[in-house]
Order: sequence, then structure tokens, then C-alpha cells
Amino acid sequence: MSDRDSAPVEATTLDGNAMAGDLRELFAVDVTVAQYKCAGCGHADAVATLMLWGAAGGRVARCPHCSDVVLRVVRAPDRVFLDLQGCVRLEVPLTDD
Amino acid sequence: MAGTAVSGRLTWRAATLAEARWETPSARTLVLDVPDWPGHLPGQHVDVRLTAEDGYRAQRSYSIASAWPSSGDGKVELTIQRLDDGEVSPYLTDDVQVGDQIELRGPVGGWFVWRSKSTSPVTLLAGGSGVVPLMAMIRARADAGTKQPFRLIYSVRTPEDALYADELRRRVRDDAGLDVHFVYTRKTPDGWPAPPKRLDVAAVNTYGWPPDFAPDCYVCGPTTFVETAADILVALGHEPRRIRTERFGGTS
Repeated sequence: MSDRDSAPVEATTLDGNAMAGDLRELFAVDVTVAQYKCAGCGHADAVATLMLWGAAGGRVARCPHCSDVVLRVVRAPDRVFLDLQGCVRLEVPLTDD
Repeated sequence: MAGTAVSGRLTWRAATLAEARWETPSARTLVLDVPDWPGHLPGQHVDVRLTAEDGYRAQRSYSIASAWPSSGDGKVELTIQRLDDGEVSPYLTDDVQVGDQIELRGPVGGWFVWRSKSTSPVTLLAGGSGVVPLMAMIRARADAGTKQPFRLIYSVRTPEDALYADELRRRVRDDAGLDVHFVYTRKTPDGWPAPPKRLDVAAVNTYGWPPDFAPDCYVCGPTTFVETAADILVALGHEPRRIRTERFGGTS
């Protein structure tokens, strides 16, 4: 992930790894290592593996298995909207490092 | 309690450009001085934020290229590949000067990381500037003085596009247990035994670790590269849970 300088609207070039900063701003743990379970197809994998669309202001993360939307993050000037309706479950490992 | 929770949030900090060097004609490494940097794991990245005079902001993620030594006396280095139509990278490659400040937050990302206490052999597959986080792993391995055997397969368009070419050559000589194989997709060096070609099964099979060795595999590059490389690894019999991928912007 050395260079993610891509236009906001082009085909996806990023994955869930790139959400680490935005999510770490909200949560005490690194959510990208958590396992999501897709509401659409039941596929489970690390949040880091989701296919990411959009720029930092509004991001849509889709399941790489069925392409359903798993997670959305939208930033307003004074708040963040996190939509998890495509995610049945998040399994967050609790480790020290 | 509210104050405690707020203090734990990831926040933006000002980093000062201490030094810069060109890796190729279109890629520059920025050596950043970041006060109170907590250290990082190889593979982690930072978010960089630029603010225009009118308040418009652009944010991008960049992998950290440097390892953080156990002594704690390290540097945060980013290698930026210029994308000519990019909004952020041309500023970072061509405009930012030593002494300038940029906003940065991190380190973040705990999934695409290598930990020196892991004993597995490692196969690294890099497409273009996807080599950056993998270089951090190679550097961290040397810093830690550990012996896990590493194999890097590095796909570049032409020999001139290879980042860290001199350092990789030196490390192959000096870092026991490190092998590097280049794949050239558009132009090979003079005397190269094969015509230009993309990463294929034969290259991964020959120059990566076999599945029987249960290596940890790290793949980083543009989406098409990452998908091809991951498919090849799975087809060769590597366990999907041992394959970690990271995609970045840019074209293949």
C-alpha cells in the first residue's frame, strides 16, 4: 500500500487495510484485524480484506466473496456515520500487540 | 472518564521532513521526524493529510518503508510513487521541502504486518511500489537479526522502475537467508534470459517457498497484481489463511 493516490470514483484499488486510520479514530482496537461475517453470503474474513470504494470522506467496503456492502463510513464535518448493516458479526481479537 | 477515552483516540500530528532521496526518477523517499512516535511494525502504514489554503483536504495512506529498531531510535520513512494525475503524490514527490511539515497519523493497520517472533519462512510478492511495506519487513528482519528465510519476488515494468535496487542487491549478499527474484513486465535488463512477462505460476513456484514449508505469504501491489498473485498461491496449494494481501491505488 505504498501509494493510494487514486481518484475517488475509479474502480476499486484499495482494500480494508486502508480503513485502519479512519476506524482507529473511532475505536480503541484495530478493527481491520477483526473478522467480519457478511450478512449477504455468510463469508467471514478480516476486515482488511474487504474491497474498498470511495475516498476518505465516504467509503464503502464490500465483501470480496459476494460484493455485498458490508460496511460504510461517511464523514461529516463534526461526526462520523458508521453503517454496519451488511455485517452480521464482528469478531475482535484482544491481543497486546 | 470522558477525558481518558478522548486521549486514546488516534490524532493527527505534525511531521517534519528531515531528509529526502530519490529512489527512481518518479519515486522519492521522505524521511520524517515525528515527535513521540510510538514505533511501528513492518507492514503498517500512516495516513497523510494535506490541507489547501481554501481548507480543502485530501487524505491518502502510505506504507512505512523503514523498520523500527528495538533501540527505539528509528525514522519514519515513506516512499512515494508519483502518479501524474494524482492529487497528493506529486506534492509529496516534487514540492515538499526539507523542513516542511505535513500532517500524519499512525501507525495503523495490524493485519498486513510481519512479526519478528514468527518462525515461518516468508514469501513476499511485490507489484511495483507494493514493495514498500515488504521492504520494511526485509529491513525489520535484518534489524532483529532473525533467521526466518525470506524470498521476495518483485514485479516491475522495467529495471529503472525498481525501488531499493542497490539496497536489495546488497542485502542479498549480506542478509543470510534472503533471496530476491525480479519479474520484468515490459523491459528486461540486457542479457536477461527471458522476455518480459507478468508474474506467473512458474515464477512463484520456482522462486517462492513451496506450500509444504507452510510459508507466510505477503502480497502487495495494484489490484490486478494482488488478485493474480493470490490466485497463483492458492492454486499451488498455499493455505488461504497464510496469504495476506494489500491493494493500493495506481494502475497495473
